[in-house]
Amino acid sequence: MKNSKTKVIKRNSIENRLTEFFIMIAGLWQFQLQFLKQVFVPPYEIDQIRKHMDELGIKTLPIVSVTGFIIGLVITMQMHPVMVRFGAEAFLPGAVGISIVRELAPVITALIFAGRVSSGIGAELGSMRVTEQIDAMEVSAVNPFKYLVITRVFATTFILPILTVYVIFIAFVGSFIAVLLVQNMSYAYFIDKVVSSVEFGDAIPGVLKTFVFGFIVGIVGTYKGYTATNGTEGVGKAATTAVVVSSLMILIFDMVLVKVTLWLWPTV
Amino acid sequence: MAVANSIILLMNNVVEINKVSKAFGSHVVLDNVSLNVEEGENIIVFGQSGTGKSVLLKCIVRLLEPDKGDIFIEGTNVLTLRIKELNDIRKNLGFLFQGAALYDSMSVRENLEFPLVRHFTFTDAEREEKIKSVLEKVSLEEAIDKMPSELSGGMKKRIGLARSIITEPKLMLYDEPTTGLDPITSKEISSLILELQKSLKMTSIVVTHDLLCAEIIADRAIVLNEGIVQHEGTITELTTSRDPFLRNFFSHEIVEEQNRRNNV
Ligand SMILES: Nc1ncnc2c1ncn2[C@@H]1O[C@H](COP(=O)(O)OP(=O)(O)O)[C@@H](O)[C@H]1O
Ligand SMILES: [Mg+2]
Repeated sequence: MKNSKTKVIKRNSIENRLTEFFIMIAGLWQFQLQFLKQVFVPPYEIDQIRKHMDELGIKTLPIVSVTGFIIGLVITMQMHPVMVRFGAEAFLPGAVGISIVRELAPVITALIFAGRVSSGIGAELGSMRVTEQIDAMEVSAVNPFKYLVITRVFATTFILPILTVYVIFIAFVGSFIAVLLVQNMSYAYFIDKVVSSVEFGDAIPGVLKTFVFGFIVGIVGTYKGYTATNGTEGVGKAATTAVVVSSLMILIFDMVLVKVTLWLWPTV
Repeated sequence: MAVANSIILLMNNVVEINKVSKAFGSHVVLDNVSLNVEEGENIIVFGQSGTGKSVLLKCIVRLLEPDKGDIFIEGTNVLTLRIKELNDIRKNLGFLFQGAALYDSMSVRENLEFPLVRHFTFTDAEREEKIKSVLEKVSLEEAIDKMPSELSGGMKKRIGLARSIITEPKLMLYDEPTTGLDPITSKEISSLILELQKSLKMTSIVVTHDLLCAEIIADRAIVLNEGIVQHEGTITELTTSRDPFLRNFFSHEIVEEQNRRNNV
């Protein structure tokens, strides 16, 4: 008797969470349509976009630098013995370069960016929502969606590709150091080997998809913050769910975009 | 006399709320609420917490959409307006939010000039002049370069007030302007509201629990309860009424008031 009761409640809660999930996806879709509808209507608030890009860059530069360096170092150290085993040591810079450019740098930078930025945006807009700052803006006849949402989504969309390119180069440095540990090679020679094996078809899709990831981070963070409810508790929830949802969406879109990029830029 | 009065009322109503209803899901918050506010008048909206006073104010400026009814501001039905026309009306009114709603990321100066730079074409000097003059009105000239986090609750309220009046609105809406403040500050704010009404010839709707504040700034009040305007009259009429709800409501407010006075 007791058992069956708890089961009912449990199933209910899964149902509730599923419903909540689909409501969120629908809300996110609406929000994104709203973005597309308003993005080309003036005023453009260029100053705000620039300010947010500066802030985001400064905020994430240290952590992505460290991560980029470590990724380059570790992936090279991991791959070196494998390449030796296959007698393909000469291909090490190329193999490492391709994995960094195509996958590791874009996705890991995006995930770190999501963790740092979408939570920040979620908390910031969430607290503006629950303390009625967004209402105040609306009453003063300023469109808060344009001022707060569009500027931030723009900033995340355009700063992430820049960060990714930077991370790629930092990762190369890490990778070069790992190579130095096992064999003597000049940085110029190393970079030359990487560049000669990394093709246009590797670099372009790798960087292009980060525009999508940047957009995801911005739109999820602003959506969660903009629609926050329930006081300070809601602000915390907006921040944490923004990270979870945007990270998950980055991975899902990465999966989808692999297919798309292979179709657009066939590399074999 | 009564007839003559009501005719004048009809002619000079700055705000006319006509049978407005608002529900959230199945929770009916406002049920056929009507209210007329004359030009130059301060009117008080009393009511317990959670009776929909803030919802009423937000419906007036369409931060919330009423389900039913009409709301006229200076003869224009705001509920049928498109966003551009609605914004023209919003530029001519001020709204002081309960928590002041200062923009956290901006300094006091930036908060104050936020509406100015967007809707008016003042020169830098004129703008600076205006900022100085509203800060003087709320006696906080020294706070101009502070961030909101550096201000006390009462100072925030005053800066919020300064921000709402910087565009010299004809209509002001106040959401609990003195709640959470000590009696002295709350008396100061109330006097300030009265002074502004006199000097800028503003019309105001003031939501409050604070009897002292109400007595300072207004003579007419309504009492909102269970979604309807349950009582309407002068403050004296309401506080001396024999109606059990009113007696209970005001005795509670008076006791609270006395407690606060004793605590100081
Ligand atoms: N956006 C909203 N969504 C759902 N319910 C709301 C919303 N805003 C207010 N309410 C509900 O409406 C009622 C009245 O709220 P409010 O107007 O803030 O009360 P008060 O008279 O204290 O200002 C409360 O029960 C509140 O829960
Ligand atoms: Mg309220």
